[in-house]
Amino acid sequence: MNARALLVTLVLALGAEAAGAQGFAGLGVTEDGFALPDPNARFAYPDDHGAHPEFRIEWWYVTANLSGPDGTAYGVQWTLFRNALKPGGADSDQVWMGHAAISQPGGHLVAERLARGGIGQAGVVADPFHAFIDEWNIEGPSLSSVRIFAQGTDFAYDLDLKADAPFVPQGQNGYSVKSDSGQASHYFSQPFYRVSGVLTLPSGPVAVTGQGWLDREWSSQPLAETQTGWDWVSLHLDSGAKLMGYRLRDAAGDDYTVGTWIEPDGTPTPLAPGEIVLTPGKTARVAERSVPVAWRVEVPGREVDVTLAAIYPDSWMPTLVPYWEGPVRLSGSHPGVGFLEMTGYE
Amino acid sequence: MLLDVRDLRKSFPAADGPVTILDGVSLSLDAGETMALSGESGSGKSTLLHIVAGLEPADSGSVEINGVDLKGLGDAPRARLRRETIGVVFQQFNLIPSLDVAANIAFQARLAKRHDLDWTRELTVKLGLAEHVAKYPEQLSGGQQQRVAIGRAIAAKPPLVLADEPTGNLDEATGDAVFDLLLALARDTGAGLLIVTHSQRLAARADRQMHLSHGRVTA
Amino acid sequence: MTRTVLSALLSHWRRRPFQFVTLILGLALATALWSGVQAINAEARKSYGDAASVLGGGGLSELVATNGGPIAPETYVALRRAGWLVSPVIDGWLPGDPGRVRLLGMDPLTAPRDGAARDAIFNSGASGFLGADGVLLAAPATAERLAGLGDRIRVVDGLAPGIAFADLASAAALLEVDGYSRLLLLPDQPLIQQPLAAIARDLIVEKPATADDLGRLTDSFHLNLTAFGLLSFAVGLFIVNGAVGLAFEQRRPVFRTLRALGVTSAQLVALLTIELLIFAIIAGAIGIALGYVIAAALLPDVAATLRGLYGASVEGTLTLSPLWWASGIAIAVLGTALASATGLWRVARLQPLAAAQPRAWAMASDRSMRAQLGLAVLCLLIAVAAGVFGGSLQSGFVLLGGLLLAAALALPSVLSALVSVAARLSRGVVTEWFWADTRQQLPGLSLALMALLLALAANIGVGTMVESFRLTFTGWLDQRLASELYVTAEDDAQVPALLAYLEPRTDAILPIWSVEREVLGAPGEIFGVVDHPTYRENWPMLSAAPDVWDRLAAGDGALVNEQLARREGLSVGDDITMPGGWVISVLGVYSDYGNPLRQVIIPNAVLVMRYPEAERRDFGLRLPRSDVDDLKRDLVEEFGLHEDNMVDQAAIKAFSLSIFERTFAVTGALNVLTLAVAGIAILTSLLTLASMRLPQLAPVWALGMTRRTLGRIELIRALVLAALTFVLSIPVGLALAWVLLAVINVEAFGWRLPMYLFPADWLRLGGLSLIAAALAGLWPARRLATRPPADLIRVFAHER
Repeated sequence: MNARALLVTLVLALGAEAAGAQGFAGLGVTEDGFALPDPNARFAYPDDHGAHPEFRIEWWYVTANLSGPDGTAYGVQWTLFRNALKPGGADSDQVWMGHAAISQPGGHLVAERLARGGIGQAGVVADPFHAFIDEWNIEGPSLSSVRIFAQGTDFAYDLDLKADAPFVPQGQNGYSVKSDSGQASHYFSQPFYRVSGVLTLPSGPVAVTGQGWLDREWSSQPLAETQTGWDWVSLHLDSGAKLMGYRLRDAAGDDYTVGTWIEPDGTPTPLAPGEIVLTPGKTARVAERSVPVAWRVEVPGREVDVTLAAIYPDSWMPTLVPYWEGPVRLSGSHPGVGFLEMTGYE
Repeated sequence: MLLDVRDLRKSFPAADGPVTILDGVSLSLDAGETMALSGESGSGKSTLLHIVAGLEPADSGSVEINGVDLKGLGDAPRARLRRETIGVVFQQFNLIPSLDVAANIAFQARLAKRHDLDWTRELTVKLGLAEHVAKYPEQLSGGQQQRVAIGRAIAAKPPLVLADEPTGNLDEATGDAVFDLLLALARDTGAGLLIVTHSQRLAARADRQMHLSHGRVTA
Repeated sequence: MTRTVLSALLSHWRRRPFQFVTLILGLALATALWSGVQAINAEARKSYGDAASVLGGGGLSELVATNGGPIAPETYVALRRAGWLVSPVIDGWLPGDPGRVRLLGMDPLTAPRDGAARDAIFNSGASGFLGADGVLLAAPATAERLAGLGDRIRVVDGLAPGIAFADLASAAALLEVDGYSRLLLLPDQPLIQQPLAAIARDLIVEKPATADDLGRLTDSFHLNLTAFGLLSFAVGLFIVNGAVGLAFEQRRPVFRTLRALGVTSAQLVALLTIELLIFAIIAGAIGIALGYVIAAALLPDVAATLRGLYGASVEGTLTLSPLWWASGIAIAVLGTALASATGLWRVARLQPLAAAQPRAWAMASDRSMRAQLGLAVLCLLIAVAAGVFGGSLQSGFVLLGGLLLAAALALPSVLSALVSVAARLSRGVVTEWFWADTRQQLPGLSLALMALLLALAANIGVGTMVESFRLTFTGWLDQRLASELYVTAEDDAQVPALLAYLEPRTDAILPIWSVEREVLGAPGEIFGVVDHPTYRENWPMLSAAPDVWDRLAAGDGALVNEQLARREGLSVGDDITMPGGWVISVLGVYSDYGNPLRQVIIPNAVLVMRYPEAERRDFGLRLPRSDVDDLKRDLVEEFGLHEDNMVDQAAIKAFSLSIFERTFAVTGALNVLTLAVAGIAILTSLLTLASMRLPQLAPVWALGMTRRTLGRIELIRALVLAALTFVLSIPVGLALAWVLLAVINVEAFGWRLPMYLFPADWLRLGGLSLIAAALAGLWPARRLATRPPADLIRVFAHER
């Protein structure tokens, strides 16, 4: 899910000179001094739940497909991005950004926060786990059992997330390659959260339950220079299996599409380029641009052929760097729910 | 001789050559004598009067008043002559609007330092202005204003009084009365009086008459 | 038909080019002075507005410490963590050349999303902004003043003038502070928040004050300029009124003929309105161009004044907005309408067969003069009422305006009465006629004389105010600046060594420690002093308790400056609540001219106890004056002290006086301009009267007065009227000065100045006005003296 890394660089709007010609929001630039992902490294929990400031970018990314007592579907997002302004890992050189959103029938609800590092306004502690920016928190004894809170001017949510399954390394043992030329990140997920809690909507509080998905990823240089945006999906199949896939769109020609098939017990199988196909379907006008809100996802080796339809096509994030992020419903060979993220649609 | 005018000539420049106004006019007037000068409009009678009054120079010829030739006089002596020797009555009255009747009547006499309070009072009564001494010119009728002007001209008892169409702006009855008053006062003070008028009827009341036509004396 | 009639009307101006020039000149001058002043004011206000939008985040409320001190970063974080969307600001001053430059430390990450400062940062493409060694952004002119910072300055067009922007961390490093000045409260707050009191007990919400304060402080200055602009405008309108009135009277025969030929009165008025509108637009355009020149010439002085006196940032460059052009034209049109209303009214009521009476124009009836006198009394009553019941700056200006207007309106009546008395006292026929004729001419000249009166009174009033101020100010400076040398240590660490070094080389070391705080709700300074004869002997007290210095030393109370005392109605013995909530009583009030801030003086020990963060690096040194230069040189050698850190008494005095001079340079310039306009008004009035006066003068000439004498009398008349007006302007000017010193100054600055009289200046001004009148009268007089007799004779020969 390196795609989101690009968002982090919105912070570099402060240094936006790098943006523009060279990839989306400047991540294609090689910069000396930051640590590079190591294919031989293995995750160590709970340490790797905390920050890796020697890397340039990093995020804690939670999405949840929820439903209310009347069966209404909701989508929830809680994200914390870290971006280092310069190498060295000093707290004061970090800039933090939080995004929170609820997709719901009454319209997409969004809030965004920014904070400088080193003063205690935002940060992450690995154990006991605590990620925060301003009054937003993901807090729990461990990352397998957390309470998440975020709010904006017109909404708030307070949810419990619990998972029994292990964390799932993406790519080759957590080394996730982003292009043919070798850009990569460290990437693991927790796709098995059971979620319950309360959404405070403009129309009033709603009790909700559902499933959640956490992504943890860090890197220093995850995109090829010609890659212009991506489409990413995380799917909860009714069968209990999970599927992650993304397509990196390339201005130079071939898109780069990979994924991971995750068994109900958490066993991951990487899907190499060609083993998973993402095909955009009909589009919708959102925020004065055309965005595909239906997708076909095929994993021929698993006999998966599903159609994704955005539950709320207006799930647009009008943040500093804008993107689309919202819940989807699956139909076809494997019914279920999931989340779709699309960036780089101008 | 009080006034001796000889061979007076005057022309004004115009678009198609100079226009001759006076073409060799001569006349004479003795003290206590009244003379009426009549003529058509543009015959030169007003210009003649202005030259005699020292307001305007002639091109040639001479004007002597009490033996003094005007030609040799500068601005200041000329003004002094006007002040002390000549009284003028204009067709337009030309009173000083900022001064009241009494001050207007006394004005020239005081300029000439010949102000005689008793005489001025008597004069005012004779002019029929006794009730109006504190009024300002704009508050008077035309006939009254012209009587003030006559008073102003006579007050210093100048040897020569000149009047330029003194009745021209007045109705006939008023004009007659003013004319008679002027003649009577000139005779009273022994002044020589030269009156310009286009009215033959009024001219006949003067001791002598003279007629101007195209800048020449014709009678 | 319209075109035919209009061209008939306009042909008048071809035959009377001088009248045309008078009309255009008057209107253009009026517009020029008015729009010039407006341009200056607008430029300054725009600067404040720009500053306000960045300083206050565009009118956002703020959280500030109740004691006015810095806010700890921990408090800020605690607020953010409790759901309070606040953004920290560090506000301070950098040394610049010239003057100080305001440095605004921002947090672009939390700043209001549509705030001007954040936009500036994000739009400038400023990489390297964040962090303690980040770049500073500044407008080109401001960047020039900060050249000392080298390539840390990045020039960004369109930023507010006089302000540099930096990241919070940069600002903290540059200003050597570790807390925040204030926290901007974002307009949209999240759903759930802890109460403010539970997180930060010592913070309170406050409306943005910085820019408003600046506005209030500088209001008086701008009102001052506006008043002058208005005065000049009025004087210009007098000229226009004269020119239009005369042109209308002279064209009465034409109007009459046109009416007789079938032009309706409405058509005639409409056409004359069009004619005037054309003139107004032409003159307005010329006036605006002139106004631009005036504004551009004066703005640098204004900017320097505002910077020096109020700390307000106005760059000395002028931007022209379309609105300004439009308003300039509008004021020209309005002025023309005002000046020609009576003329148009008369034309509207003109009977086709009414006789032309050009003389009537010059002769106002006693009744209208009485009406004007009544109006004057009314103005006076309004002025007095404003003075008695007012108590604000605005009412002070109403008092001022009412007084001036009353004086101007009453002038014709007063002059008429004086001339009547003179006429009654005069013997001799010429003098008698002189006075009678002078009186007759008064109505025609009264507008010009009123203009002269206003200009002279303004000159005397403002001159008296400035000179009184100067005298008081220099005397006060001598008292106040008792120390021979003022030294600032480079940093706190240097202080002990510096003191040890200075001890044997000086007679006394007087610490001047201070903090800047809000005192009773407005920006102020709190100074700490030690007990020393220097203060006892020199401090300029206005009122004080017995043994004030002993009691101050004992910590019994505080001294406050006059500004604070007047604004808050404090007198000796009253208690004041100091920032931080403690109470102290007032022991004395001292004068503190030229300072826009409130000031409180307390013993050093108390200052340090109450405000531990007080700046403690400034010292006043007493030593023989002859030793000052040596000591300065030695301090540079021994401590590497920068020249800027040592200011001797003479330098401060020179600096203070230069600010003072610049403050009133603009006033002086406008004063001269106004007087010049009044001179032109007299000239044009005399010239226009001259042509109408022939029928009045010709008989006098015919009765035996030379033209030269008449010319001389005309000149003497101009001089006599100017002299009378000047004499009358003295009491008016002194009343004006009194209002400025005792009412306006108190309201605007908070101090009252003693009034001194400067008769020598009046004599100079009197001479000046006589010269002006002589210059204005000379030409008409000369024209009369050399007039060909034929012109005069025509009076007798022609029907008029």
